[in-house]
Amino acid sequence: MKILVPVKRVADPDNANKVKISEDGLHVTSEGLEGKPNPFDEYAVETALRILEDGVGSGNLRGEVVVVTIGPEDASREVRQCLAMGADRGILVVGDDERLDSSIVAKVLAKLVEKEQPDLVLMGKQAVDGDSNQTAQSLAQLLGWPQATFAGRIEVPADLASAVVTREVDGGAAKVKVAFPAVISVDLRIVSPTGVDNTVCGQKAYQEGPRYASLKGIMKAKKKPIDQITMDQLGVDQTLKVRTVRFTAPAQRKAGVKVDSVETLVAKLRDEARVL
Amino acid sequence: MSNILIVIHVTDNEVKKSVFSAAAFAKQAAAFAGGSYSLLAIGSDLSGATAKLATAGAAKVYTAQAPDLGNALAERLAPIIEQVLLAGSFKMVVSPASSVAKDVMPRLAARIGAGMASEVVGLSFDAGRFTYLRPMYAGNVNGAVQIDTPIEVVTIRPTEFEALAPSGTSPVETVAVPAPEPVAAKIEYLGFEKAVSTRPDLAEAAIVVSGGRGMKAKENFVILEELADLLGAAVGASRAAVDSGFIHNDFQVGQTGKIVAPNLYIACGISGALQHVAGMKSSRVVVAINKDEEAPIFQIADYGLVADLFKAVPELTAAVRALKG
Repeated sequence: MKILVPVKRVADPDNANKVKISEDGLHVTSEGLEGKPNPFDEYAVETALRILEDGVGSGNLRGEVVVVTIGPEDASREVRQCLAMGADRGILVVGDDERLDSSIVAKVLAKLVEKEQPDLVLMGKQAVDGDSNQTAQSLAQLLGWPQATFAGRIEVPADLASAVVTREVDGGAAKVKVAFPAVISVDLRIVSPTGVDNTVCGQKAYQEGPRYASLKGIMKAKKKPIDQITMDQLGVDQTLKVRTVRFTAPAQRKAGVKVDSVETLVAKLRDEARVL
Repeated sequence: MSNILIVIHVTDNEVKKSVFSAAAFAKQAAAFAGGSYSLLAIGSDLSGATAKLATAGAAKVYTAQAPDLGNALAERLAPIIEQVLLAGSFKMVVSPASSVAKDVMPRLAARIGAGMASEVVGLSFDAGRFTYLRPMYAGNVNGAVQIDTPIEVVTIRPTEFEALAPSGTSPVETVAVPAPEPVAAKIEYLGFEKAVSTRPDLAEAAIVVSGGRGMKAKENFVILEELADLLGAAVGASRAAVDSGFIHNDFQVGQTGKIVAPNLYIACGISGALQHVAGMKSSRVVVAINKDEEAPIFQIADYGLVADLFKAVPELTAAVRALKG
């Protein structure tokens, strides 16, 4: 089985408050911030490994995990991080984030799917910079494949031909069964200890969160191939459908007052704010 | 002429307030561009919802009903929306950003080759085009975006548009539901597990009581639940609390979780990470209870109480109980 995992490089999300808007309002700059794999995409890499592993954390995959990114050439660093976790190889599609929208990204991925013929595309539900939450769904449409978005749990039978996906939706969880090939987008609970059940690993539980690369993994990753390709070579129309015309700082809430006791708080809420 | 189509999925005949927020958005858009707005409702049974939907001020209410549409599968819903869109002269299709809309609308956009703006919080119109304001970078930046396709696909954050008051009666037209496409056979709906809660819907509650990492354990949420039940409030949580396994993901408030804007938001043991603040900063009144006086949540709270929440929350519950007599 082959799983394709698209991974976007984002500015360190733990310091998202440090991104700056250029003076002309036309760009967001993240200078000085470290690039990181988009957290939800990193969860997708972990999920792909858990689906294919023959034992909890064994690293022996019953298939291939291919990581793809669209970004500048040095985004190969983030791809390499995913290879160090245990993915087999990488593809870097050279592109400039400011000249991409979800539609172009979905089209690039559709072309790669045509080339690579994966059984499953597994990706984060959204990138934490653009926060659009569109690409997986759009890709599924372009491919004519079923989609299971916001996966909090995935069960895959031993034959690796389908998945039962528990989707995190408003008011609860919806369960669907998708036949492969399919597109699945993952939510954060997927990396809980029992987020993935691939049947062969049995009841054993994983550690919470995506795995850290081992030293051995990092050494091995240095030798794993990352193919580079351009959007022109893939024959993708790069006309933007959605353009960001300017960036602005959102209105901030102001700090109010500190109260010294519950009694004062209740009095303020009743008499001043009138919410009780 | 620029007509707008609102799309909503209805479960259990429940018409959410967000429908009227979407109507407020569509009314504004239609007024800007000189057109009207209509509403498409999809579900397995709309018999008890149609009358209420007809009070959203729409030029027409389209209803698409079939037994399997209650499952809200994108593979099934997208072609139905496309059919109604193309039959009318619609320039924009908009939906409140529910999990169904987040799932379906990007699939629809790719289907009709349209550009899409997600989770829009503001709208302007200039020289014949719409500009949508949308939060990015965990709410740290607003992007103003324009869409360059004949039909524009939009989801909105209902908390940012004041719901239209119900009035009038729109004519209702039944849509002939197309047969499922082959791809629909590749996905099977197995069921829905409702999050067990007798409390109001987090996204629409007037009061929200939220807990963060400071709650320390799953069992401790009971003190928030007591307060919430007394206030008729929903319970929420920060991502840290969800990550720590204290509470189900469905209760997460934040840029990647639920967006809330209640009258009163009570944050207990929540440090105030930007990710969280992005999901609740439109609340009218914010109360923060945290023992760390340096916690960033105090920068955005109207009323801050530096205290041990395990002491302060039960005290607050007792005080509210006394107040309510």
